[in-house]
Parts: sequence; structure tokens; C-alpha cells
Amino acid sequence: MAIIPDKHGRFGQFGGKYAPEILMPAIHELEQAYRAAKESRPFQQELRDCLNHFVGRPTSLFFAERLTKTLGGAKIYLKREDLCHTGAHKINNTVGQALLTRRMKKKRIIAETGAGQHGVAVATVAAMFGLEAEIYMGTDDMERQALNVFRMRLLGSKVTGVNSGSRTLKDAISEAMRDWTTNVSTTHYLLGSVLGPHPYPMMVRDFQSVIGRETRKQILALEGRMPHCLVACVGGGSNSIGLFYPFVKDTQVNMIGVEAGGYGIESGKHAARFAGGKPGVLHGTMTYLLQDVDGQINPTHSVSAGLDYPAVGPEHSFYHDTGRIRYTSATDAEALAAFDLLAREEGIIPALESAHAVAEVVKLAPTMKKSQILIMNLSGRGDKDVQQLAKMRGIPL
Amino acid sequence: MNNRIQTIFAQLRAKGEKALIPYIMAGDPTLAMTESLVLALEQGGADLIELGVPFSDPIADGPVIQLAAERALHSGTTLKNILATVTNLRKKTSIPLILMTYYNSLMAMGIKDFCANAVQAGVDGIIVPDLPPEESDLLYHTAQAAGGPVSIFLLAPTSTAERRRAVIQRSHGFIYYVSLTGITGAKLTDLSLVRQSVQQLQRISRKPVAVGFGIASAEQAREVGQFADGVIIGSALVRYISEHHSTPTFLTDIQGMAQQWKSVLLPVTAKPSAIRSQKA
Repeated sequence: MAIIPDKHGRFGQFGGKYAPEILMPAIHELEQAYRAAKESRPFQQELRDCLNHFVGRPTSLFFAERLTKTLGGAKIYLKREDLCHTGAHKINNTVGQALLTRRMKKKRIIAETGAGQHGVAVATVAAMFGLEAEIYMGTDDMERQALNVFRMRLLGSKVTGVNSGSRTLKDAISEAMRDWTTNVSTTHYLLGSVLGPHPYPMMVRDFQSVIGRETRKQILALEGRMPHCLVACVGGGSNSIGLFYPFVKDTQVNMIGVEAGGYGIESGKHAARFAGGKPGVLHGTMTYLLQDVDGQINPTHSVSAGLDYPAVGPEHSFYHDTGRIRYTSATDAEALAAFDLLAREEGIIPALESAHAVAEVVKLAPTMKKSQILIMNLSGRGDKDVQQLAKMRGIPL
Repeated sequence: MNNRIQTIFAQLRAKGEKALIPYIMAGDPTLAMTESLVLALEQGGADLIELGVPFSDPIADGPVIQLAAERALHSGTTLKNILATVTNLRKKTSIPLILMTYYNSLMAMGIKDFCANAVQAGVDGIIVPDLPPEESDLLYHTAQAAGGPVSIFLLAPTSTAERRRAVIQRSHGFIYYVSLTGITGAKLTDLSLVRQSVQQLQRISRKPVAVGFGIASAEQAREVGQFADGVIIGSALVRYISEHHSTPTFLTDIQGMAQQWKSVLLPVTAKPSAIRSQKA
């Protein structure tokens, strides 16, 4: 298999650097800095130390015994990214990029956030490394995720509301790119997923691949064999690519990415790019997009703010077209039912994003043999969603 | 080689004039108004006109043009009906028309179809702010094979010498020099740096250089006109249109504005323009 991406940042026809000229030199600088850091032993050592002592890695690979019995099929393991500091996998990437920011001698970081998990992870590393941080967030999302806005501010970051377009994640990314364009010499854009122009999709994948590398070692130690299947939710696609990538060459391992099905694919109100999208260019990369016939980006819907985005990481588009990864979706209703199930069966309240992966496990596990192993990435914990759920269920807190 | 853009710059150089290049968002407030605006601007003295193609997520644009794009989309503007507007305009004017569009709008139409349709409608040039030279092979070669529109790339204060060469090589109508490190409509403060960079470009290329982003007043236009081959007025004009399009004297006022801008781009002393036209 060819090394991907190629030197132009291409995963097959996807990826690339579709960025304004003003940003191109910074993108080039980032690419150089990242390549050097990747080869640097001191950098890798520092990264490992941060991941071990600050983030709390390795996270456990947990055998979900009751869920396995209830579903009555494959043996289910959960990769517990919810146990990372700040409550989700997002920090694996922010720690890496913060170290890189320091190497590039930049003092300011900016970021976008949808649900606020990436924003909190950015605010956290900014505090830890003494960097100035400004986080862009759609004003609609700020209202939905008021708790995370408060957390970011507690950590000393500036949170700036974005009032344009749909006032959600995609508009926050556009605004962060505009800030970067304006302050490019002093500022690093700490992008939170495997999106944007090259080298972001590759770099964020590499930082998140710690999930899959650990999982591989852990399952071999626990079971002495490879899993039959991996399942993860796909928003931008960083937790899923983090789990999948170290297994890509193991062709006996099946992989399933779960997109947000919203009110159902037929309703048109969803964020399932592979069910309703086609290739296009948004935010610096060529990939599958939810768009209308004229190429205008469509509004998306998901109960989970972290999956509510019209584009998917370009590497996913590549694996989709080559058939290496199968993509499916779970509706809001399925995710909410799975959320309750995991809480009651295993004592784990998952993030609404991760609950989409649980929903697929609920469908898939019973069709598999008891001897087969299924690993699901539990990408984050659900504390951030508790308020939203109470509200949806009419329970005053 | 008979592209209208190249012809107009050659004519202007011969006369010692600088090009006035207004930018308007097509379909803001309506495409019918866009047609009238193009004609009024031309009457006032505009030499080329940039038509913005509205996109839902314009990452290189500031708030003024973002809002204009939202209004244009709301009025039902699409790349298809912008091309139809150009077809109409071509019955009335031969002023060079340049589309400024994000890449996804072109991909949605299909690059090959877009190039064929643009040539047929009479579009002369194309600027794609999210398509740097290294990603432009498909559009560049397809457009060349279709006989147009010619590509115009942007150069920024941050561009390296290597990137300058790539942009010069691939730009055929003119080179679009971005006057500041920022988004459209930002405040332009340091014109001396812009002058240096443009003059540096002119030393290594004979292609016309037009300057845009942040030029908001006739005074700034005059200063930029002293060294650049063209001056692009975008956000300032777009804002004026959004605020005044329903006043009865609107089109006459627009014509007057264009006249005022153009007046500062006419030769005042023969000296600087003579040097440039010798070189051309």
C-alpha cells in the first residue's frame, strides 16, 4: 500500500491544500515543523511524557461484559478515551499541536469548537503551556453548550462568538481561518479534527493514532488475537481515524465509521456525508460534502454538536471510495437509546457523539459470533450532554 | 492573445492610465441590479469589473462581503444565472468581466462545463481565492483548452519568492496583489510596503499588477495608482450598494463614484506612467 497522504497531501483524489495565498507560507512552515518534530526524539519524548502524565494515557481497553451478554453476540471491548483529561480524545491532538506551537516559537493559538470539547482541550493546553488562546464558537452552539463556554473561560481563554452563517461549527472554522489569515505570523491555528488543508489531516491523524496503537497492544495482550471489527463515530473523523489507522493494513480487521443520521437520511436533516454528500472543497480540503446542486454548503442536523458538520476528513473519503472502511449512520433516536443503554448496562455515560458508535454496536454485535471481538472507541464522556438531555426530557435541574 | 483583459491593460498603459477595477457581489440585491450596476460603473469610468459569485462559506472574505453573499444567495443567485447575466451584458458592453468565485461552486458545475459556459457567456477572467497555483492544474489546463477564461492568481505580502514565480507564471489577465495580511475589507495602513512589493514584482514581470483588499477611499486609490497598474475597490463599494440601493439617484451616484475614483487614476504628470509604458 502506498504511503498516504502523498507529498501534496493527497489521499487519492482527496485532501490537498485549498487555502488562500496568504496562508500558504504558514501552511508550508507548519508542514516543515511537523516533519522535523516527527523525526525528533526529544519532541516525541516530550509528547509521550505529556500524554502519560498530563492526559493520563494509556487509557484502558475495557471488556463490556454485561453489554456483551445483553446483546448476545460478539465480545465487546470499549477503548476508554472518555478517561482522558478533559473527558475526550481531543486532548491527544491539542497536546501535540501545543508542543509544536512552542517549537515554532508562536505565542498565540486559535481554534474552533462545536460542542466545546476541542475548545476545552485547547484552553487546557494553552493554560498548561502558557499560550494565549482565542476560541471561536458559533453563537447557537455557545447557547447549547454554555457549560463548556464557562470552562474555557475559567481556563483563561477568550471565547469569541460567531454570528454569521448557521452560527455553528462550520462558521467557527471559517472565522478561525480568517483570524489566522490576519495574524498568521504570530498565531498557530490549532485545528481540532482531521480536516483543513494539508498537513492538518495527516498531523491530527498521527497525534490521534496513539488510540489505535495502544488498542492493538492491549487486545493482543488480553486476547492474543486481532479484533474482528472496529467501530467509531465520525464527525470530522479524528477519533475514528485515530483508532483505525494503525489497523488499516490488517485486512482481516473490519472497520465501521458511524455518521450522524439526525432525523433519518430520508428527512434530509442529518450530517451523514457519505449518505447524502458528494466531493467538493470546503475549509481547505477536497472531500465529501453535504451541499446543494450549486455547491452551497447545506445546513446539517444532529443531536450531537460534535458530529454536526457538513464535511468529513479527506482520508475517510479515500477509505470510503476504496472500500477499506464501511460507513453507516445512527439517528438521533438510536443514539439516545444507546446512550441510556450504556449508562445502565456498564455504568458509563458516553458523549452523545460516542453514543452513535454504541448504536451501531447494538445493531452489529448480535449478528456476530461469540468468538469474535468487536472494539468500539468510546471517544468521550457524556457529562457535557447531561444538561441538554434533561432539557429534552423536560426535567428541570 | 485577444483577451479583453490583456487588451485593456495594453491600451491603458499606452495612455498612461491606471485601471479602475470595481468588485460587486453578483445578485446583491438582485441580478437585474447587477446588470445596471455594471453599466453604470462602466459609464463612470471603470475599466474592468469583478463579479463576486456568492458562496455560503467565504473564508477569505470579511463581514461586508460575507453579508453581501448571504443577500445574493437569498435572492436566488447561482453561478448559472450569473453566467446568464453575463450573456445579457455582452449584448450591451464589452468591458472585461472577471468572476471571483470559491472553488466549490466551480466543482459543482463541473470544471469542464464551467469553462465552456464561461467562454460562451463572455467571461474574460477568473479569480479563485481558495485555489493556490499548486491546486490549479485542472482548472488552468481545462480553461486553456476551452480558450478562456484566463486565470488570475493572488499574491500576498507573505508570499515567498518561489511562490511569486509560480503566481506570475500562471496569471494571465493580471496579478492580483493582496495589499494586506488579512481578509477583504480590512483596514489598510501601510501603503509604503505595498509600493515596495509591487515594484519588486514589476522588476521581475511585465504582467500588469492590480492591488486590492482594503482600498476604501479615492485618496488611497490615488496613492496605489502611482505604482500599481490597477486598483480594485471591493468592500467599500459593496457596503455603499447595500446601504443605498433603494435611493432614487442610486445608479447616477454609483456612476459618480466611479468617475471620482477613475479621475485619480488618470495621468497627472507624464513621468511615472511614461516609465511604465516604455517597459510594456
